[in-house]
Parts: sequence; C-alpha cells; structure tokens
Amino acid sequence: MAKTLMQFRQVSLKFDTQEILTGFDLDIKDGEFFTLLGPSGCGKTTVLRLIAGFEQPDEGQILLDGHNIAEQLAEHRPINTVFQSYALFPHLSVFDNVAFGLKMSRTPSTEIKPRVMEALEMVRLAEFADRKPAQLSGGQKQRVAIARAVVNRPRLLLLDESLSALDYKLRQQMQIELKHLQRQLGITFVYVTHDQEEALSMSDRILVMNHGQAQQVGAPRDIYESPANEFVARFIGEINIFDARIEQVVSIDEQQGRYLAYFDQGNMTREIVSETRFEAGDKVKVMLRPEDLRIEFLEDAPEKPGFIGEVQERNYKGKTLDSQIKLKDGQLILASEFFNENEPDFDYKLNQKVWIDWVHGWEHVIKADLL
Amino acid sequence: MNFRRLIISVTLAWLTVFVFLPHLLLVGTSVMTPNPDHLVVWPVTLDSFEKVFTPLYFSVFWHSLELAAIATVICLMLAYPFAWILSTFNSRTQALLLFLLILPFWTNSLIRTYAIKILLGKKGLVNATMINLGIIDEPIQLLYTEFAVIFGLVYLLLPFMVLPLYSSFDKMDKSLLEAGRDLGAGTVQRFRHIILPLTMPGIVSGSLIVFLPAMGMFYIADLLGGAKNLLLGNVVKNLFLVARDWPMGAAFSVIMMLMMALMLLLYVQANRLVSRKGGLHDSNL
Repeated sequence: MAKTLMQFRQVSLKFDTQEILTGFDLDIKDGEFFTLLGPSGCGKTTVLRLIAGFEQPDEGQILLDGHNIAEQLAEHRPINTVFQSYALFPHLSVFDNVAFGLKMSRTPSTEIKPRVMEALEMVRLAEFADRKPAQLSGGQKQRVAIARAVVNRPRLLLLDESLSALDYKLRQQMQIELKHLQRQLGITFVYVTHDQEEALSMSDRILVMNHGQAQQVGAPRDIYESPANEFVARFIGEINIFDARIEQVVSIDEQQGRYLAYFDQGNMTREIVSETRFEAGDKVKVMLRPEDLRIEFLEDAPEKPGFIGEVQERNYKGKTLDSQIKLKDGQLILASEFFNENEPDFDYKLNQKVWIDWVHGWEHVIKADLL
Repeated sequence: MNFRRLIISVTLAWLTVFVFLPHLLLVGTSVMTPNPDHLVVWPVTLDSFEKVFTPLYFSVFWHSLELAAIATVICLMLAYPFAWILSTFNSRTQALLLFLLILPFWTNSLIRTYAIKILLGKKGLVNATMINLGIIDEPIQLLYTEFAVIFGLVYLLLPFMVLPLYSSFDKMDKSLLEAGRDLGAGTVQRFRHIILPLTMPGIVSGSLIVFLPAMGMFYIADLLGGAKNLLLGNVVKNLFLVARDWPMGAAFSVIMMLMMALMLLLYVQANRLVSRKGGLHDSNL
C-alpha cells in the first residue's frame, strides 16, 4: 500500500458565518489519481484551495509527508495548480509562462531551457514556445497550464475543473492524456470535478462530497456499484431506488447475507443479497442501476407479482435503448438495455405494459436510515 | 448604411474644420515673420524656432518640463495604490468611489483653482491650522511657489491618472496573482513580474494624459505660481496675447505637439518591444 502523502485532520473553515468545512478528514496516497467529486458549492474547490495554500484553515491540520503545512504560504509549498481558467500570464510567451516557476525558484538558467522544452514536448507544444497565450486554442492553453505546473516537479498537482471549458471531444482526449501523463510522471494528481463520468474514468480513488461533508471514499467501481448512501447513488449516474422491509434472514456467511424482503411496490417478496448485515424488520433501500433491470412484455398475460408499469418514453442511445417506465404508484424507473442487432425490431411501444425484474445478486442494499 | 456614411462625413468635416485646419494654420503661422501691425507677414522664416532655443526660453522650457514631470510622478504614486485598492472593491463601491472622483469636474476648474489659492494663502486654512496646532509660529509662504503649482496640477489632473490605471487593474485577471503565488512568486516578485507589466499600459497612458496637459495649464501657474514658475502654456499665452509675437507662440505650440507625437511614438515602440520580448525572458532576469 502506498504511503500517505497529504492528510487533512479535523479541518474546519468558515467564510463569514457560513461553515464550509467542519472537522474534515482526508487522506491522499502518494502517486494516486485522486478526485474530489460533488455538486457545485459542496466544498470541493475549498479543499483544493486549502491544499494549495490559498485558504488557511480556521482549525485542524494539513499534513504533507507528515508535516503540518497549514500555516505555510502557497508560494512555499511544493504543490502546483492547473487553474480552471488556466490563468496563463497574457504578457508572457508560452516558454516564459512555463519557465515562470523555475525562475522564481532560482533554477540555474542553463537548466531552465531544457526543462521547459521537455515539458512543452510532453504536451506536444514545443513549436508554440514563442506564441502568446492569446494565440492559442482552448486545448492548447490547457496543455500550457499543465506544462507550467508539472515542470516544477511538484509533490502534488491540483487540477480545478480543468477540463470543463473544453468541448466534449477534446475533453475525452484530454482525459486520456491526463491519465497517461499522471502514470508517466508518477506525480500525485488531485482532480476536482462535478462530472461523475470524468471522475469514474480517470481516478484511482474518488471522494464524493456534499455540503462540506465526505460522503464516500473509494475506487470508482466501489462508488458506482456500492454507493454508501442515496446521495452518492443518485449523484453517480442514474439509479432506481425501491423501498423494502426485511422479513426474514435466510442465511448469513462471512461474505454476505441472504434475506427475504417485502416490497410494497408490486406487493411481492423477493430474496436479496447484501454484504451489509440486516435483521428482520429493518427498513432498507434496494438500489438498481438502469442496466441491472430486465423488462418483459405483458401482452395479455395475467399480472404477476412484481413491478408493473407503462413505458413512458424510450430513447435510442446508439449502444443502448433507454426506457422510462412509470410504475403504478407513479414512481419513474429508468431501464437501459443493450441494443440487440439480431433483433432489430426490438422496441417498445409507448404505453406498453411491462413487467420489470432485475438480475438477482446485482442489487445494492442499504439501510433506510442512512439517507 | 447611408446613416453610417452621414455620421462619418459629419465627424470628418468637423475634425477637418476645427482640428486639422487650425493646426495647419498654427504650423503656417510658426514660419511667418512677426509684425506688430499685421500680426504676421511674409516672408517664410525659421527665426521663431531659433529664438525658442535661446538660453532664456530654453530655461523656461526646461523648468516647465520639470514641474509637469514632478506633478506626473506624484499623480502616479497617489493614483497607483488608489486604483489598485479601488479595483478590489465590489462593483457598487467601485461605482460610488469613481463617481466621487469625477464629482469635482462639475465645478469649473478655474473656480477650483481660486479655492486652492484661498486654502494656501497666508491667512488660509492650511497656515491657520498649522499655527493652531503649534507646528509653526509664523505663516509660511505656500502660495506663489513651485509647491503651489505642483499641488494645483496634481489636484486637477489626478483623476486622469486614476482612470486609465483603474481600467488596467480592472482588466487584470486576479487569478493570475494566485497563479504567481502557486508558482512560487513572493509579494515583490508578483508585483514586478505580473502586476507591473500588466498595468504598464495604464501607467503610460495615464502619464501621457497628465504630463502633456500639465505643461499647458497656464492658469494654474498664473494663479498659484507667481512670476517665476511658468509653464509652457504661460509662455505661449504671453507670446500671443502680451508680446503679440504670434509666430513664436505658434513655434512653441508646434514644438509641444512634436514632443507629444514623439512620446506617443516611444510608447508604441516600447509596447511593441515589451510584447515581443515577453518582459521576463532569460536575458531580463
């Protein structure tokens, strides 16, 4: 296990009377791609600014390699930032922008030129060294900002929503480049974003935040497949949530428990599987991703216990066919099925009556009071 | 389209009649021979320009430059921090402070200059206050000194320095300062490598807007400066109205215009140089 590089211990910060962070803890490991994910105003940018040194905590410790740097000025921290707006110096050439940090640290000038050119080559901008930022495209500015930060060989590289200003295709490309760069350099990246897809595809670990609180930390797969609570579940992609009550514990072994659960919707009892321990009588939420669901036509067949609804809308998404289904009690369900080319006629008519099931064992169950 | 053409022709005609032709007349007058009865007569001569560069006029010329330069530097030193701080306030406070800055312009500047005269006089507010506070025993001579002229120039011209500086600071992206900190630049380095180069256009245009009029504000020197502290404007005014040597007055004006053109040219060249060199290249550090 890699050692811890950056740590927050009980960090609190207020702006005027508004509490942004309260007793906030954080652990970032050396060499990982760590993402702070959350809606706007959740405090993720504040965490980044605390790491960079642009904000000082009211209370608590910020440790880098075990040393408290909470009082250290931003200019003295071995940490560099790729700003959301890039913040390139408009009066300096690309070369001088990238050389800025090295000059400030009084690096010998014989060393500056090769290092700057190396950094520019890494982001494939060597031939643009003499240009001014105003003469670059958005993607090129982005890459200059990255080169300007990594040329200083920081312990941590902070990226503040750095891709949000780029168009979709360029963003996809930069995601791959960033990930590649991070592996190549071995520098710890801390990435701030509100885009869950971006977070899932790039990160080693993700911290999901809301209202200044850490909601869940984990690998992208853990966060997607086993969200700790309803907020995380809903924030990371689409999810369908059903209320249920544990009626009976079937069996419990070391890894998981099997339970019989009663669903009000559909008036049915089903076996569910969970890593969490429940007792009979517990109220639970059963979470199912759209791709976990299976749909059956209900032509004239008699109704059977289960979720029954009507197709409200269907969207052909290329790879998948997404259907919005309205259950009897009005709850809207999103189901996503892979488009089967062998069955090109496969489609639902609007208001088609359907019966919904899921792949058993794929459900994620949490206690209802965890919400 | 026709409306546009109309507007452009009206503007052009206006500029031709009231700006271009008068300047042409001025240049023409400067190379004529002075005559007490007919103001100017033939033949064409460069005598007036020669006279400008005689020691007597040259020292007046030089002193006037000096006063204007000092006033400009003081304006810059007062306006720079003011504009900086102004740009950090929220937009409502900014609008209010800018309004307060412009407010005195609603009073005629000549009247405001008389007010300064009253303030700085032997029995004026400044002397009275200092005597009451026991700083001095006797009233000191404030009026009719270089100090009074510079004070008057700074007072009248300060807003012209603040406005271009404010616009430079306002345009400056504040995240650049954070970027500077992030890259290890301390307070002094941030000022030198980021703030100063980015506000340089404001510094230069503010200085030009203050320096050039400062040389010409004859009523300031008339009212506050006494006989010794003349500005170029006084010289020109006296040559036209008192000595009635129109060619020489015109020659002075032409030289002032050439100076202005020269300074603008230098500014443009310097700007080009700065933007080509990037201001922070290896050789500059």
